[in-house]
Amino acid sequence: MAQHIPTRLGDGSLVEMTAAEIEADLQAGVGAAVKRAKVEPLAQDELDHLLDIFTSSAKFSAVDYGDEVVLSFDGSGNADIASPVLEQIIYQNHHGADMIELWHHDYSYKAVRTVLPFQTQMLKDAQLQTVVPLNYGAMPDLGRYSQPDGPAPNWSQLMPLGKIAEARAAQEEAIVHLEHDMWCVCEGMVAAGVDGLDFDTAGAAGDADLLATLRVVRRVRDTWPDIGVEIGQAAELVLGMHGELEYDGVRLAGQWPLGQLRACTAAGATIFGPAVNVNTTKSLAWNTARACALIKPVTAEATIPVHVNAGMGVGGVPMTPYPPTDATSRASKALVDICKIDGL
Amino acid sequence: MASTHALASGMGGMRTAGDLVARMQMTRGMRLPQAKKHVADKLGCSVLDLSDTVAMHDLRRDFGLGRMQVQDLTYPEQPGAMEAKFHIAEVLGIPINSVECFKRNAGLA
Repeated sequence: MAQHIPTRLGDGSLVEMTAAEIEADLQAGVGAAVKRAKVEPLAQDELDHLLDIFTSSAKFSAVDYGDEVVLSFDGSGNADIASPVLEQIIYQNHHGADMIELWHHDYSYKAVRTVLPFQTQMLKDAQLQTVVPLNYGAMPDLGRYSQPDGPAPNWSQLMPLGKIAEARAAQEEAIVHLEHDMWCVCEGMVAAGVDGLDFDTAGAAGDADLLATLRVVRRVRDTWPDIGVEIGQAAELVLGMHGELEYDGVRLAGQWPLGQLRACTAAGATIFGPAVNVNTTKSLAWNTARACALIKPVTAEATIPVHVNAGMGVGGVPMTPYPPTDATSRASKALVDICKIDGL
Repeated sequence: MASTHALASGMGGMRTAGDLVARMQMTRGMRLPQAKKHVADKLGCSVLDLSDTVAMHDLRRDFGLGRMQVQDLTYPEQPGAMEAKFHIAEVLGIPINSVECFKRNAGLA
């Protein structure tokens, strides 16, 4: 009788699978990536290595000595001690963070702009107490600029009515407002002493969201050549909410991680963060194999560091508030070993 | 989750040279092997030393790169946070924005 090995589903629930079932899921996960994103499948030795990782009965898994990567820790801190600066110190001193990130509870550049003097003061205070590089991060969050929360007509309401031209015009109007707010925050943070800027979950509202981000990143790079810029993607595929927007002559809608990397590199980002979503009903092996297949071409081509998003619900880490250690460590090791990433 | 990643695959932050390698990535856009080599060359150590808490504890003292207070171990006579960043900028050969702002505000620029 085949041995049953404890493992996880994408929602974090504990299940038992045989080695043959795990192997089949690894192949199926890769197959799903190949079919959708037209990437190359993983090699047999890579699948064998993943099988070793996911059939181990150890509670914890780790990379080999010397293979450690940089951890950028987007959104450092849990907000549970209500002291954002202290949380940065805790992440630096107690969590081994290589980089830290100050952020606001309302994690959106639009919201941050309304409290910018307080956030920049906090950034300055944090810089006086920390050594590791400090990013400031927020979401571009284009949807905030649509009615009733914002000034632009709501494109999600216009599109079902068949008003495609009006929906596109509304997004183009929102882009102007978003770029303005992001730029104001960037100026304030650089003046206060920030080391880098993180545009987190870029593209969450689709191609217009990503385009605004890329334009501001280009401006940051041209204005402050030594300021770090990290673009963390919202998802594995850029949604074509507009559909016709281009950056550097390339259409943004429908771009998979490799296309996203090229756009971010062209804009002047210094760190690219691909995001591969987790299917909560599939096994950890399936999800991680799929993530590896999607990200491997990115690291093969990248000229800038690739920090894969590996938090709750992305990068093979289960979608649950407390991702289990066994699952998270396996995803961590798999991404490093198979994809040769630069960080997480 | 943060701690899990740190133990499974992280360089170790200020316990090691993780923050120094991170600075080369974010400031110069260096890929990981290039960034590690740059830092190791500047510190005169091996790439393996960069993730070794024992080796880096001494190297951080020697170069004034900042150390963390751990229980009974305190370093009041050694560089604090901003002071350490002055040294990091010099050792790595990169500008650090908070250091430049500090110099400007303190009239040191």
